[in-house]
Amino acid sequence: MNTWRDKAIHTILVGAASTSILIVLLIFVFLGKEAFPFIWEVGFGELFRTKWIPVSFKAEIFGLIPLISGSLLVTGFATLIMIPFGVFGAIYIAELGTETERSFLKPFIEILAGIPSVVIGFFGLVVLSPIIKSAFGLNTGLTGLTGAILLAFMAIPTVITVSEDAIQSVPRAYREASLALGASKLQTIFRVIVPAALPGIIAAIMLGMGRVIGETMAVLMVTGNAAKLTLNPFDSVRTMTATIAAEMGEVAFGSHHYQALFWVGIFLLIMTFGLNVVAQKVLRKYQMR
Amino acid sequence: MKLFSKESLIINSVRLVTYFIVVVVGYLLFDIVVKGAPTISWSFLTDLPRKSGAEGGIYPAIIGTVYLVLGAITVALPLGMASAIYLSEYAMRGKLNQGIRLAIITLAGVPSIVFGLFGLGLFVLFFGFGASILAGSLTLSFMILPTIIVSSEEALQAVPMGLREASLALGATQWQTVYKSVLPFALPGMFTGSILGIGRAAGETAPILLTVAAFFLPRLPSSIFDQVMALPYHLYVLATQHPDTEKVLPMQYGTALVLIIIVVFFNLTAIILRNHFRKKIQW
Repeated sequence: MNTWRDKAIHTILVGAASTSILIVLLIFVFLGKEAFPFIWEVGFGELFRTKWIPVSFKAEIFGLIPLISGSLLVTGFATLIMIPFGVFGAIYIAELGTETERSFLKPFIEILAGIPSVVIGFFGLVVLSPIIKSAFGLNTGLTGLTGAILLAFMAIPTVITVSEDAIQSVPRAYREASLALGASKLQTIFRVIVPAALPGIIAAIMLGMGRVIGETMAVLMVTGNAAKLTLNPFDSVRTMTATIAAEMGEVAFGSHHYQALFWVGIFLLIMTFGLNVVAQKVLRKYQMR
Repeated sequence: MKLFSKESLIINSVRLVTYFIVVVVGYLLFDIVVKGAPTISWSFLTDLPRKSGAEGGIYPAIIGTVYLVLGAITVALPLGMASAIYLSEYAMRGKLNQGIRLAIITLAGVPSIVFGLFGLGLFVLFFGFGASILAGSLTLSFMILPTIIVSSEEALQAVPMGLREASLALGATQWQTVYKSVLPFALPGMFTGSILGIGRAAGETAPILLTVAAFFLPRLPSSIFDQVMALPYHLYVLATQHPDTEKVLPMQYGTALVLIIIVVFFNLTAIILRNHFRKKIQW
């Protein structure tokens, strides 16, 4: 009975589930399709120059190094900021807070995760950047640091949620054994639970970093967008994502500038893909999900 | 005694760090609500913008966002639910399952601006949709697909194995089992995932920047091939591209507040529904 119908439904479901694979392939194909002509029209090596001057009367230079360094600078500082907040937040929510505190802290973190990045960027622009400007006596509050602080806050929910799962997955017996041996609550947390959950916590930080590198609107609005090679967080920087968002609207389709922007997208994709896959492998290996 | 005080000092610092996050988020919401509320009026919500957004309302941006979200969910919801049913009920393991899971993880990590580039390359240029509601909705739908699949799967997994086994033992086919014994219990959870997806789609800017959003377009779209304004992009334009950003600050706060209300509404609904169903269905 009904076998033809079951077969048809099975086929439909396989088709639907496979679209995810299709989409991933299409993303690679279409980024590549727009980007690859750059290799024979300009040269792959040109992407590794240290200047990004896409619009010029003399000679355009499409070196991605300043953009990559801008993204890495912002991501690095954001990571430094999000680690204490994310990890301590997760420890507090999982181990120290009361049931009542958990019941409002968790939704609060989820709301933070849901705030649109353009709103966070707007808040950074009108509230945080004046604070940064006066606190450090700068000419402008639009710096790499401003972007890093905002991005850290956007990544904190990811770090907290995944770290908390990792902490929760530590077997109860570890906790009980440690307490039974006379260890205090804190000793148990920092000497037993956190070390046991460490792979998951590291994966959480990597997922947070992936989110930071890929974030566009907040950095576009607050980092000042000067494409220069710098390690100073008080300088204005331009990230890879912000470059695409700011310049794609003004380029001629098919131009070298257009192709170079697709290369920026490919590099971004490779970086976030790497971070995500490694993080998920770690989580799966230690069964923290 | 000394040990005890050191211990409580550390516990209190951890507590302080945690509550600092709450304070910052609280301040952000407070700031936007207090400064945005005076701008919000009936005419702000229902008028067309004038003088490139300096005066008038944000009606076309609200409508544009509604269209984009509806379009995205129409595509992503059936696709995501069907994917989750396949992953959870039909192919628990195997090569295809692994491949699909890797694809979902990859999709979930693709930066939103890269989705924008992809939508530009595929829908706007290759399919020739132009910058349009259709191109923007499809791009957004691909972006929220992982959210919907993952939470739908979680809802399906929460249904106890015994229900499936009982149904199969009575001679029901696989699909009859899924349809009659599993889906009715999983559907609320699956819709929760879609609500989260709506919240995300409504707030995203980067993908629509390259595929649909109009800088200033004081009229309503007439077809799915039209460009539209959208709330997040409108906020971005007012805050950074407007010639006199100081003067339009109230408009910026008003737009930010409307956007926050929409997004937080969907997120809160999803959170409350999820907690409700987790409590209510106890096996």
